Amino acid sequence: MSDAKAVADRLVKAKRLNALLTPPKELRKSLNTQSAEARPTGVLYGMPVAVKDNICTLEFTTTCGSRILEGYRSPYEATAVAKLKAAGALIAGKTNCDEFAMGSSTEHSAYGRVIHPLDKARVPGGSSGGSAALVGAGAVPAALGSETGGSVRQPAAFCGVVGIKPTYGRVSRYGLVAFGSSLDQIGVFGRSVHDAARVLSVISGRDPRDSTCEDRDPLRLPTVPESLQGFVVGLPKEYFPPELDPAVRRACDRAIRMMKELGAAVREVSLPHTPYAVPTYYVIAPAEASSNLARYDGVRYGPRFNGAADLRSLYRSTRGQGFGPEVRRRILIGTYVLSSGYYDAYYRRAQQMRALIAQDFRNVFDRGVDLLFTPTVPSPAFKAGEKLADPIAMYMSDIFTVTANLAGLPAISLPIGRVKGLPIGGQLIGQAFLEDEMIEAAYALERVVPATDEA
Amino acid sequence: MSHAWETIIGLETHVQLRTKSKMFCGCSTAFGAPPNTQVCPVCLGLPGALPMPNGAAIGLAVRGALALGCTVHPKSVFARKNYFYPDLPKGYQISQFDQPLATNGTLSFLSAERGVVNATIVRLHIEEDAGKSIHDRFAKATAVDLNRAGVPLVEIVGGPDLRSPAEARAYLQILKQLLEYIGISDCDMEKGSLRVDANVSVRRAGETALNTRTEVKNINSFAFVEKALTVERDRQIALVESGGTVTQQTMLYDSKENSVRPQRSKEESHDYRYFPEPDLPALVLTPEFVAEQQSELPELPGAKRDRFVASYGLSKEHATVVTATRTVADYFETVAKTSAEPQHAANWVMTEALADAKDHGDQLRVSPDALSQIIGLVKGGTLSHQAAKRVFAEVAAKGGDPRALAESLGLVQVGDTNVIAGWVTEVLAAHPSEVERYKKGETKLLPFFVGQLMRASKGKADPKLAQRVLEEKLAP
Repeated sequence: MSDAKAVADRLVKAKRLNALLTPPKELRKSLNTQSAEARPTGVLYGMPVAVKDNICTLEFTTTCGSRILEGYRSPYEATAVAKLKAAGALIAGKTNCDEFAMGSSTEHSAYGRVIHPLDKARVPGGSSGGSAALVGAGAVPAALGSETGGSVRQPAAFCGVVGIKPTYGRVSRYGLVAFGSSLDQIGVFGRSVHDAARVLSVISGRDPRDSTCEDRDPLRLPTVPESLQGFVVGLPKEYFPPELDPAVRRACDRAIRMMKELGAAVREVSLPHTPYAVPTYYVIAPAEASSNLARYDGVRYGPRFNGAADLRSLYRSTRGQGFGPEVRRRILIGTYVLSSGYYDAYYRRAQQMRALIAQDFRNVFDRGVDLLFTPTVPSPAFKAGEKLADPIAMYMSDIFTVTANLAGLPAISLPIGRVKGLPIGGQLIGQAFLEDEMIEAAYALERVVPATDEA
Repeated sequence: MSHAWETIIGLETHVQLRTKSKMFCGCSTAFGAPPNTQVCPVCLGLPGALPMPNGAAIGLAVRGALALGCTVHPKSVFARKNYFYPDLPKGYQISQFDQPLATNGTLSFLSAERGVVNATIVRLHIEEDAGKSIHDRFAKATAVDLNRAGVPLVEIVGGPDLRSPAEARAYLQILKQLLEYIGISDCDMEKGSLRVDANVSVRRAGETALNTRTEVKNINSFAFVEKALTVERDRQIALVESGGTVTQQTMLYDSKENSVRPQRSKEESHDYRYFPEPDLPALVLTPEFVAEQQSELPELPGAKRDRFVASYGLSKEHATVVTATRTVADYFETVAKTSAEPQHAANWVMTEALADAKDHGDQLRVSPDALSQIIGLVKGGTLSHQAAKRVFAEVAAKGGDPRALAESLGLVQVGDTNVIAGWVTEVLAAHPSEVERYKKGETKLLPFFVGQLMRASKGKADPKLAQRVLEEKLAP
């Protein structure tokens, strides 16, 4: 039985990270109540789980890191949150994130940037940077994040923790505030593969409120394997380009060697459409976002910014002042690519390319490959402000993660070493709904890889 | 002027499906609840909420498509129609766009000018309704009621096949009749469960190309369909005849002024940015599901009318009247069967029953069984036709058994020759001059005597018997 006060103390101690949006007093009060009400028979009884602020909770506000939802309290809670509570977990506050999950550094939050737990000059990655930083700082054993293009795995890699993005349709999206609906999935952070996997197992499974959630039983946790005998691990050559950071390459090489030593067969494969993944993603995700974010108009909820003489100026002032620059940029891009005359050239072509990218993976898996191994991010955590002026450079940090979202595949990032004290993540990409195999391999690798050693 | 012109009209009809709950959530669709009481996170478009399709609504939409002879597609796709308006909570409407539920059907109707017209149904698709903006409730403010947001609709798009405002009305009448028959909608224009927009253009007689059209909106009642389209047609003809050109725009009909005005351009010129709804998988219909909907379809109005002509010997006109609605048709058929007098049944339904219903909220107040009995009493000579009408009115107002009522009202016909002979003697004694004239050959006076006798008997005498006894007594 975990003590509510101890849980709160650990979180409050990590205040300097600006990772938690819930005020300490409110957090303590809620944790006391939750702790008294938690079901002792639940498999996660007493486990504190912090929740990204774009996932609806009854206990705390849900602002998505945006001014436009400042003070917004959802009248219902996300299915994933309800499942956590039913399993006895404590919702340990709401975590800071890039506004509406748009960003790769958690610098695009209306509530200030999140500090990297190991280096205050650096970013924790994003968009689920608050969740990653709290787990990285040891303030909570696990946290929920969300992914649209790598927003769990990339900050997991930066903060030296485990991050899982399940198959699209494995976890209900009901109550996850939509960004790119065809890409969004709730993901999980954990100190270890096991912590992340058991939280994932609890939140997974069918939900009659989400028609894109598959009618499947919750994920069953595999046991830790003795070896990787029988596993065929593919190394997509497009993910190991010559310009890859040498330290990242060294860490990957070491992990690959260890997987071989564990008995895995390793072979180079090709996913030829990889170079088109980021541009494809940056058409589809903003297109869906431009529609998903249309509801924030100041009419029904959220602040209504003044100066509204008529309807148009109400929309203009509320949306103009309520959204930050990155969100506005993506709404503009998305509106453009869906508008008549440009739809075929952008949105339709992006959908075609998305199908080719998914086919790349099927081709490889059809030829006997069980899993793919890649670096999670091309480099370790970058400095705050470093990429703010250059959106394209920021977008490129998702280069190895967006493909799994486009193809709807499960993927996990786990720490595989450090460079100058900064964590490096390795990624396993699995086959659709075969999270158990992927987690099995991650267990094996986690056991042998020197995660905190310099590569 | 208009004989030199041809009018081209196509109607887009929005029909609210008769379901208990909304298209994508469990909220009630009941009409008339206090504002914003039938809402939930889904139909309010709250952050994070997701739609779940209503299977019952899909079934009704498929029935509608089948009744219109459309091809129902095994796979169709929901799409988002994006625009900003305060009564559209998500900032988009879930609809269908390039892959609709059904396409390519036909609706046949009778045109006064052209006879039977087979109008094309271009497509039928499913969508959700928006909420309601209320502009006249509060001073200087617009209120929004979202009870209607998310209510299931089908949009039925007709081809440009109508050639006059009267045809548009006839088409709509037949469409409404069909949809009511198959029970998928109330089709009540006043409650907004049937809404119609019209595309209108004109061309000189003999031209084949279609000219620029306008869209007429805000036609709020059945009575205004013909008026609104006539106003717009006349406006276009006058415009072109005076050297102007029609511009593609939306015209709003004002029923008070009986006029149309262009919608302000700010209110339209939408680029709806349709794209496939990522929150919903493609709508896949199994052949079994479609077959099940087909089997749920009742006999359609046209088929029923033809059958009534064939099996009950009704004229086409009478058959058309008694099949106007499914309720009346079922009523007629029950009476026809139980009384075994189909023509009498039709006569009673078309006159007494429909007239009574018209005055009493469309309720057929006399049960089919009671009407059959009344018809039987007339046939058996127990009631005169006049007396039967009184019995009908009594049963309608108070209920009860027709024969018992007839007896208690003293309306049962007297068939006793001796009693009738007594009335005859009385009548002949009272009109000696007429008797003399009759005997001199003015036999056309017979109905006069019959009338007098009926009066003397207070309507109770069997008129045929009375006539026979009169003829005997007056015989020279």
